[in-house]
Amino acid sequence: MKKLQSSLTNMVLSLGIIAIAAAALLAWMNRMTEEPIRLAELAKQESAIKEVSPDFTNSPVAEEILTRSADGEAAACYPARNNGRLVGVAVKTVSHNGFNGDIELMVGFTPEGSIYNYSVLKQGETPGLGTRMVDWFKTDKNRQSIVGRAPARDNMTVSKDGGDVDAITSATISSRAFLDAVNRAYSVFQQVSAQIGDAPAAAPEAAPADTTGVVTNN
Amino acid sequence: MKKFGIILNGLVNENPTFVLMLGMCPTLATTTSAINGLGMGAATMFVLICSNLVISLLKNLIPDNVRIPSFIVVIATFVTLLEMIMKAYVPSLYESLGLFIPLIVVNCIVLGRAESFASKNNPFDSMLDGLGIGLGFTLALTLLGMVRELLGAGTFFGMTVFPDRYGALIFVLAPGAFITLAYLLAIINKIRKVS
Amino acid sequence: MDKKLYVSMSPHIHGDDSVARNMYRVILALVPALLVSVYAFGWPALLVTAISIASCVVFEYLITRYLMKRPNTLADGSAVLTGLLLAFNLPSNLPWWIVVVGALVAIGMAKMSFGGLGNNIFNPALVGRVFLLISFPQQMTTWPLTRMQIAASGTDALTGATPLALIKAGQLDQLPSALDMLLGNVGGSLGEVAALALLVGVVYLLVTKTITWHIPVSILATVFIFAACLHLGNPERFADPLTHLLTGGLMLGACFMATDYVTSPMAPSGQIIYGVGIGLLTVLIRSFGSYPEGVSFAILIMNAVTPIINLYCKPKRFGEPRK
Repeated sequence: MKKLQSSLTNMVLSLGIIAIAAAALLAWMNRMTEEPIRLAELAKQESAIKEVSPDFTNSPVAEEILTRSADGEAAACYPARNNGRLVGVAVKTVSHNGFNGDIELMVGFTPEGSIYNYSVLKQGETPGLGTRMVDWFKTDKNRQSIVGRAPARDNMTVSKDGGDVDAITSATISSRAFLDAVNRAYSVFQQVSAQIGDAPAAAPEAAPADTTGVVTNN
Repeated sequence: MKKFGIILNGLVNENPTFVLMLGMCPTLATTTSAINGLGMGAATMFVLICSNLVISLLKNLIPDNVRIPSFIVVIATFVTLLEMIMKAYVPSLYESLGLFIPLIVVNCIVLGRAESFASKNNPFDSMLDGLGIGLGFTLALTLLGMVRELLGAGTFFGMTVFPDRYGALIFVLAPGAFITLAYLLAIINKIRKVS
Repeated sequence: MDKKLYVSMSPHIHGDDSVARNMYRVILALVPALLVSVYAFGWPALLVTAISIASCVVFEYLITRYLMKRPNTLADGSAVLTGLLLAFNLPSNLPWWIVVVGALVAIGMAKMSFGGLGNNIFNPALVGRVFLLISFPQQMTTWPLTRMQIAASGTDALTGATPLALIKAGQLDQLPSALDMLLGNVGGSLGEVAALALLVGVVYLLVTKTITWHIPVSILATVFIFAACLHLGNPERFADPLTHLLTGGLMLGACFMATDYVTSPMAPSGQIIYGVGIGLLTVLIRSFGSYPEGVSFAILIMNAVTPIINLYCKPKRFGEPRK
């Protein structure tokens, strides 16, 4: 076949046909992958929640509560329930005080208001220093772990600022930003805990007891 | 044997990374680990083969004056297809390559092969060329990723070779990409000169 | 040296001066500071220095002998100087293998890859230090306390924050006094502790005309002025200019590393531009960057700009009349 000449009709026709064919192909593929992409994203969110809360049987993402913290930051809460009983609340928050961009955290609280676990969703801290926040605050050494602490009882700031948490070596600013996000997560948790159930998270003197926190799945 | 020569050409004589020095942006940015390099190389290879095939089939239907926009539309289509497939079925790889998957559209290797090979050769040879160049790119990226991962994190395709704390973090970061590429190029030039 | 007339690329060697003689003068000028750090940190400081120098010399020998197949250049003393300067940029409690890696990078990557002494774009010791800082940030930013600090604190803590780390963390009120910093009573890398001992060395270098005043003075003056502007703007957040001058590697960098002949501009006017650039970048990185110390990055960045500065600031031709 001879090559088409570059006349106006030929150009418009050939480019047009290629573009329409491409669009059709993409539309079909978009339809095919829509469901798998949605499932993959759901699985990703659920696995992030799974990391920071006890085993659950419900779908925390379906019960997502979008809210704002007291200082106006967007936050999201995911209640985790095991057979209807509230076992934990995952709170997604952010801190703008990071060294290099925002730090996004998922912090899991027990219904009593102590920290169950956390996971860092997004951060851009100095590699090898601030980035160690990913596991630093989970490591049970001196006073660096925040797991099991109750922000209502403990002073969740770095020890240099008079708090109860050891900062990452040579990364005080990143540690402060991290704890800023944790404290914000706690304040959001307090706000929403009333909505989620009758978990008395706001009472600081209430010792963790299993008489509390039992709620029905509404 | 001529067919085999086309593949070998892309792999060795015209290796896109080590000889043509094309596509440096993904080469430097995505090779933080061997598996990422392999993934990026495979993704680019997929686009190369498909776009070379389609462009070669359409070469007589595309008037010369609109060939570049046509090529770009074809390439962009395959990249978008790839992006959706990766998002759906290998979300973790998609996450780590992130921005660089859509950027394959502007990777000069893909457009360069369309212009210099696919638009002048038959569909089968064009596919082989895409395969050869794609393999060459994958090989280079995997090699770069392997070296960086080994020196930076002490792992080989995720398996621990030596403890993490002996890894020189710089190799996983941007400067390490330049350093590793420079030394790999020096070694390869030396070998090419000798042989 | 023999009296042949060499016609070569600048910097020109003239008189009875030689590369080796200048190198040994710089080494000699660093000895007082070395003594102070050995006193402050004890034997580990001497050990780090010895490992650093020895591995630099060994790597230079191996690379010239087996990779480049050239006669070795050990006699010019540059490998010893690189090793010494590298050690001055390291904390004394650094594991030995990290020091060896630093020496390999300094000699192998920064110097020999470019073709050896005179062809390197970047200061080898600084490349080694920056490589280590980025690669092993944790080990490179954990500084032992000095003997005097341990005696004064009475605790058994062995490591502590440097003044620059305090600045970075916003704890300006805990900064040591200027006198302590001048005398070396602060934690830090080997060459960071004793500003006064370094100054003694600098005077020696200036008197023997091994270096000229242009680079050190322009760097120090720029840092002082720029830091003073920031400090006046917000004294809560930015440290006072004197602290900036006396802390970290500024003295060492400005006087011993930025003045490296190979990697700094040739003409005095160019040297001043270069010095001002280093000063500005240092304060910028210290105040706003993600690492506490910026001198090494600043010098390396200006090293890269040096060829362009040389293009515009050419030394006067011999016999050219003054304007």
